[in-house]
Amino acid sequence: MADVIEVGAARKDAPPPAGGKSRRGVTVRGSRATPYLFLAPYLLLFLAFGLLPILFGVWLSVHQWDLQLPNRPFVGLDNYRDLFDSESAIYGDWWSSVRATAIFTVFSVPLLVVIPLGLALLLNKSFPGRTFFRAIYFAPYVLGVAVIGLLWRFLLDANLGLVNRLLGAVGLPSDTPWVTDVPWAWVSLVGVTVWWTSGFNAVIYLAGLQDISPELYEAARMDGANAWERFRNVTLPGLRPVMLFVLTTTILASANVFGQSFLITQGAPGQQTRTVVWRIVDEGLRDNDAGRAAAMSIVFALALTVISIVNFRFFRYRED
Amino acid sequence: MTTLRRFTRYAVLVLLALVFLTPLVWMAITSVKTYGDAQKIPPSFLPNPFSTYGYEQILDNASNPVLRWFVNSMLAATLHALLVLVTASMAAYALARLHFRGRAASFALIVGTLFIPPTSLIIPNFVIADRLGWLDTLAVVIVPGAASAFGVFFLRQFFLSIPAELEEAAVLDGANHWQIFVKVLLPLSKPALATLAVLSFLTNWNDFLWPIYVLFSPERLTLPAGLGLLQGAYVSDYPVIMAGAVLASVPVLILFVAAQRHIIQGVSRSGLKG
Repeated sequence: MADVIEVGAARKDAPPPAGGKSRRGVTVRGSRATPYLFLAPYLLLFLAFGLLPILFGVWLSVHQWDLQLPNRPFVGLDNYRDLFDSESAIYGDWWSSVRATAIFTVFSVPLLVVIPLGLALLLNKSFPGRTFFRAIYFAPYVLGVAVIGLLWRFLLDANLGLVNRLLGAVGLPSDTPWVTDVPWAWVSLVGVTVWWTSGFNAVIYLAGLQDISPELYEAARMDGANAWERFRNVTLPGLRPVMLFVLTTTILASANVFGQSFLITQGAPGQQTRTVVWRIVDEGLRDNDAGRAAAMSIVFALALTVISIVNFRFFRYRED
Repeated sequence: MTTLRRFTRYAVLVLLALVFLTPLVWMAITSVKTYGDAQKIPPSFLPNPFSTYGYEQILDNASNPVLRWFVNSMLAATLHALLVLVTASMAAYALARLHFRGRAASFALIVGTLFIPPTSLIIPNFVIADRLGWLDTLAVVIVPGAASAFGVFFLRQFFLSIPAELEEAAVLDGANHWQIFVKVLLPLSKPALATLAVLSFLTNWNDFLWPIYVLFSPERLTLPAGLGLLQGAYVSDYPVIMAGAVLASVPVLILFVAAQRHIIQGVSRSGLKG
C-alpha cells in the first residue's frame, strides 16, 4: 500500500489543476465543481453500497432486527454477547462454523501458497507452449463456484463419480465417501479449491518472478551457487512482497469460503462443513435475524483484519 | 542430458494439464450422455449413444427456465461491466488528474474499503436493497457490486502512468476536462479499460452468494443461482446438471480464450500492487 501513496505523492504537482493552469501556464476550462462532477457517479455508488453498509451494519448489530417484524428494539451488545455465551441458542452453530472455516483455512492456505509457486517456477523459463500451459492451469479459475461446485459434486459422487472410479482402476479403495463424511469432506473441499484457484496465484507469482533482475541470478551463478541455492538466496527474497500479497489474499479468500461447502458437501456430515459466511447469511437472510447476523459479520471482519495485520507485522519483522 | 531434462519438463507440464483439464472434459462428455449411460459403473468414456437429452431437458423447462437465466446473466454482467467502466474511469480521472479539496481523503477512504471482506457487507446491503425495492430485480445484481474500489484504484494507477504531456496539445486547443478525458485519456487507456471490463464481467457472471439470496422468482434468477436449483431438482441426473454447467462455462471460456492477455495482465497487476 505504501507504494501507491508514494506514486500519488511524487506526482502531486504533475497534473494540471482543475480550472487552473497547467505547468506551461495554459488554462484548462473547468469550474470548481468539475472534480466533484467527475467523482459524483462513483461516489453515489460508493456511499450507498460501500460506506453506508459498514455504518449500517454496526447499527443493525446493536438492535434486535428481525426482517419480518416492525418493532426493532435497541439491545446494546446483546447480539455480540450471545456469540460468546455458551448458554445462548446460537453459540453451538456459530462456533461450529468458526471451527469449519478454521479447518478449511489452515489446510488450504499452505497448499495455495506452495503449489502455485511450483507452477510459476515451472512456467518461468521461456519454452515453446509456455503461454498454452499457463492458460490451461488458469482456466478453472474463470469458471464460477456454481459450475465447479456442481461439477465436483458429480466427480466426487461415491458411486457414479470419476474420482472413485479412477482410484478403483488403479487398485485403490473405490468407495470413499468424499462428500458425506469427514475427514474426506475436508480433503474434497481443500482439494477442489486448490484445483480451482492455483492458476490464479501462479499468475501473480509469475509476475513477481519476472521482476527479479536476471543479473542477480547471473551473479549467483558466477559465485558457484547451484539451483537450490539460487532459489533460496535470490528467488525467495525477491518474491517476498509478492508472497506476502498471495498469503494475505489467500487467507482472506479461504476464510470467506462459501460456495464449495454449500454445493459440494452441502454442510455434511451434519453441519460440520458449514462455514462462517454460510452461517451469517443463514442467520440474517433465512432466519431473518439481521441484527445477530450483522454482529457476526463485524466480529468476523475484525478477526480477519487482526490476522492480516499480524501477517504483515510478522513478514516486516522477518525482513529487518 | 538437456534432452532428458526437456522431456521431463514436458512430461510434468502435460501431466498437470491433464489434472486441470480432465474435470472440464468430463463435464462436457457427460452433458451429451443419456441418463442410463451416465449411471453405468464403470462409466463409458465416450457417450454411448451421443445424446442431446441433457440439453433438451434444460432448454425447454417451465420450472427451470435456463435460457431465461442465461439471458438475465448476460444482461446483468454486461450492464455491470459498463457501469463499472463509466463510474470508475470518471472517478479515477478526478483522483489522478484534478486537484480538489478532499482528494487525498476520498482516495484513502475508497482504498480503505478494499480491505473489508465484501461478505461482511451482505446483511446491511440486503436491508438497503430491500428499502430501495430492488430485491428480486435485475438492478440488485448489477448495481451494488459496482461500488467496489478495485476499478477506481486500478484505473487511477494506469492514468498516473500516462505522461501528462500527452494531454498538452488538447489543453493548448482549449479543451475542457471532459474533452481531455474522453478524447485523450480514454483512448490511451484502452488496454486497462478492456482488462477492467473483462474482469468485471467475469466477476458478475460468476457471482453466486449474493444472487441466491436476493433473487427469488424462478424467471428472475441468474445462471449460477439457477444452477443451484437445477442441482436440487435433478439430484443425480448428471447429464442435465452438466448441461447446465456447460452452458454457464461456455461464455466465460470463450471470453478467456479471446481476452486471455487482458485477464492475465489484470490479475498479475493486482498482485504487484500489494
